[in-house]
Amino acid sequence: MIVSWSWLAPLISILYLGLLFAVAYYADWRAARDRSLIRSPFVYALSIAVYCTSWTYYGSVGRAAVSGIGFLPIFLGPTLIAALWWLILGKIIAISKRNHITSIADFISSRYGKSPVLGGMVTLFVVIGIMPYIALQLKAIAVSLEVLIRHMDAGWTTNVPFVPWRDTALYVAMLLALFAILFGTRHLDASERHEGLVAAIAFESIVKLGAFLALGLFVTFGLFDGFGDLFGQALANPELARLMTFEAIPGGYSSWLAMTFLAMMAVMFLPRQFQVLVVENVNEGHLRQASWLFPLYLFAFNLFVFPIALAGRLLFADGSVDPDTFVLVLPILGRQEWLAPLVYLGGLSAATSMVIVEAIAMSIMVGNDLVLPFFLQFRKALREDLSGIILTIRRGIIVVLMLLGYLYFRLLGESHTLVGIGMVSFAAVAQFAPAILLGIFWTGASRRGALAGVLTGFLIWTHTLLLASFAKSGWIAVGFLTEGPWGIGWLKPEALFGLTGFDPITHSVFWSILCNTGVMVAISLFDRQTAVEQIQAQNFVNVFQKGARGGNEYLWSGFVSVRELRHLLARFIGPLAAEEDFAEYHRQRHLQPSDDAQAPANLVAFAEKRLTGAIGSASARVMISSVVKGEELDLQGVMRILDETSQVIEYSQRLEIKSRQLEAATLQLREANEQLRELDRMKDEFISTVSHELRTPLTSIRAFSEILRDNEDMDLVERRNFTDIIVKEAERLSRLVNQILDLAKIDAGRMEWHEVEVDLPLLAREAIDATRQLFDNKAVRLINKVPEISCRRMADRDKIMQVIINLLSNAVKFCSPGTGEVCIEWRETGEGVGLAVVDNGPGIPEGELEKVFDKFHQVNQGGMEWPLGSGLGLTISQRIIERHQGRIWVESTAGEGSAFIFTLPHPEPSS
Amino acid sequence: MSHEILIVDDAPNIVLSLEFLMKKEGFAVRSVGDGEEALRAVEEKQPDLILLDVMMPKKNGYEVCEAIRTNPAWKGIRIIMLTAKGREVEQEKGLALGADDYVVKPFSTRELVLKVRAMLGLEDATPA
Repeated sequence: MIVSWSWLAPLISILYLGLLFAVAYYADWRAARDRSLIRSPFVYALSIAVYCTSWTYYGSVGRAAVSGIGFLPIFLGPTLIAALWWLILGKIIAISKRNHITSIADFISSRYGKSPVLGGMVTLFVVIGIMPYIALQLKAIAVSLEVLIRHMDAGWTTNVPFVPWRDTALYVAMLLALFAILFGTRHLDASERHEGLVAAIAFESIVKLGAFLALGLFVTFGLFDGFGDLFGQALANPELARLMTFEAIPGGYSSWLAMTFLAMMAVMFLPRQFQVLVVENVNEGHLRQASWLFPLYLFAFNLFVFPIALAGRLLFADGSVDPDTFVLVLPILGRQEWLAPLVYLGGLSAATSMVIVEAIAMSIMVGNDLVLPFFLQFRKALREDLSGIILTIRRGIIVVLMLLGYLYFRLLGESHTLVGIGMVSFAAVAQFAPAILLGIFWTGASRRGALAGVLTGFLIWTHTLLLASFAKSGWIAVGFLTEGPWGIGWLKPEALFGLTGFDPITHSVFWSILCNTGVMVAISLFDRQTAVEQIQAQNFVNVFQKGARGGNEYLWSGFVSVRELRHLLARFIGPLAAEEDFAEYHRQRHLQPSDDAQAPANLVAFAEKRLTGAIGSASARVMISSVVKGEELDLQGVMRILDETSQVIEYSQRLEIKSRQLEAATLQLREANEQLRELDRMKDEFISTVSHELRTPLTSIRAFSEILRDNEDMDLVERRNFTDIIVKEAERLSRLVNQILDLAKIDAGRMEWHEVEVDLPLLAREAIDATRQLFDNKAVRLINKVPEISCRRMADRDKIMQVIINLLSNAVKFCSPGTGEVCIEWRETGEGVGLAVVDNGPGIPEGELEKVFDKFHQVNQGGMEWPLGSGLGLTISQRIIERHQGRIWVESTAGEGSAFIFTLPHPEPSS
Repeated sequence: MSHEILIVDDAPNIVLSLEFLMKKEGFAVRSVGDGEEALRAVEEKQPDLILLDVMMPKKNGYEVCEAIRTNPAWKGIRIIMLTAKGREVEQEKGLALGADDYVVKPFSTRELVLKVRAMLGLEDATPA
């Protein structure tokens, strides 16, 4: 031996750790350039293998050597539960990502109404439960180093003087603390990935598996002639043969099942497991591959556990070597100068990866859930950037944890076996299982239920395992164990309530999990949840439902300005990051950022989530409520908001209907308005026309009256002429007034109608008689072609007569004296019977045909003497005929005369 | 030299009364029954003054007034609109289109005569 292992072993340890730093640094460097090393399900699965600690590495061989297949649950549990990861972990990861949850304590606290008490309690229990586990790793490092130095230098003898190397464990612990600080506390926001850390862990997983496999191969094929030889030799030894049955397991099946259960829970809920599985998860989809890759890793790992254990037992049949050190002693025994250090490094990597991740995970928990709540109470008033302070706190916590672990190892370490400590820790974190599992599947699980459950479970754990182990170590009087505390028999830690027959771990798990779950369910069933609890319960249980994320927005109803909120966030994550976050928030919602505006509820919720990532949900809640003025919502408040929301939805639906109705009504109104405007225009025109029509005769009357008055010397003929004009114009005026009144009456529906049986042909003859004088005066011929028949209709006799006379006198007016000819004819068509008045006058141009029935419409009669007419006759006639459901129209060719025709409908068949 | 008055109205009796009144004042009188005839009559021989009804077939009084005023040669023709519509807008419209005055039907014969005389510059010669 040229070199001394007493300094070579520490040197390769330091070099190995240096390599680890390099790997982590390189991964961080790559990540900073967006070329991540860890975005792969393989890396994810390897990082989960942080599960395999030195306890697995050294301890499972030791356990197999003592209790045979009793070592299997440690591998079997995770393999079994991995099949359910998609259901449980998939949900936990989704919840944690949506809510920026960064630790198991934060997860539980957040689920149960962001309870600071629960978060603090879980953290405290984690520290108590895991501290021995960290101590165990330090012890493993120290012991393995010692073994390596002693035996490599001295060769294998059982009688080597103890060389106290200058406290390796302490230096290793400090180095690991440095690593954790460098790669685990760079950013405050723990929801940011620690890529370097994950890469280093994955690297260590490869190292430890590689070393273990190499050892297994060496032992099986180097020290023995393969599996056949090894197992054959073992089976020849009855004691070793027994190891291959269940009988070897202390406690038998029940113990085996209990350990499997503990391993199932531990692989998910140990702080370091939660850290790599949930917090460091880069892609939720990786979980699918990891749930078969990780069991594969475990399978490869435990392949040689049993062969190595059997080999150790066969080769050290005298029991001079601690089975826990078989792994390291076997290659030394075989004089493998390269394999032995490699195996040592495998063990070192298993221990260091666990310590590093555990330390980081616990620093976040202790920092966020134990230290920060107190710290913030005193520093609340300070308006400074707290991110540096919080990071410093976390770094301090890591150092303190390491020192505590070291002290624990120094003070208590000698009294525990490796496996014993690991199982105790597993049993501790299993106490969180009911709160987590019930919490993500049952909205009814309440804060008080979870608090009581975890507390109960932990008290039982403390009593049955922790205190019992203290008693075994002699820290407490042994009477505590054998007589029960204060001599109370049914409180004996390993026979609680008189239960015997289980090994201590199984006994403890049985009582603690049973009481934990029972108390939690019982209290939850009778508990009333607060608003925050209810909302968080919904958020967690229904995390995959669309819209579940919006639930948080109801939590804040107070007032805070955007600026204040941003300043708060800036204090924890830095002004730049806060600025960017707020800008991003506004950009995504297409909002215009305004500092003075009141922050909307969802912005408050957004800030709270960002803050949760940095300081945990409970502290985030406290900080947000310190700036939000106004009241936090109670249950009634939430229900009111929900009520209002549903009312608002209903209102908006109704509004939509209303607005559609309104639109339709508006359209109708617009149409009606158009009609009204048209009517108004027509009314104006009517009044204007009436005024004109009235003024024209009035003008003549006044003019001639004044002429007669002013010219007394007028000759008699002229005087007579003028007087006649006055009389005629006066008559015309009164006729006009009557017709206007008639029309107004008809239009207003106030005209009285007297329906009697009217014989139309007879009526025509009477009308002819009444107007004969008109025709004679103008020398217009009237030809009556109405047959001598009788045709009766129900009608207003006088009105129909008025129509006929009007048509006849109209015809006369337009006929030339002498040549004029008006013919009255009988019409019988499909739609009714009636009369036609045909003249040989000038006719009506085609464009005017439609208008002749309009009020005051007078057909232009170029060059002709303008016939005196009111312009209302045809309009009134039309109204009268329409009132009788008949029809009146004109047929005409310009220059050839016109025919005005009206018909009254045939009587209905029934009458 | 007697002034010539052109009477434009579609109501024969009104034309008759106006003819009587104007002739009695010693003016020469021509009468037409619609707007187109009126313009023809003006082209034929330029009258000194037109008594112009508004509501007429073919071309109404406004159109006639406008047509006359667009021809600079007829600048000297005085126009008095006879309107049956009492609304101010319509009277304003007439004045805006170039009428010199307007009279609302039914009019006072004496006032009309005075207006005609004044417009022809005869007020002093024959006091009312």
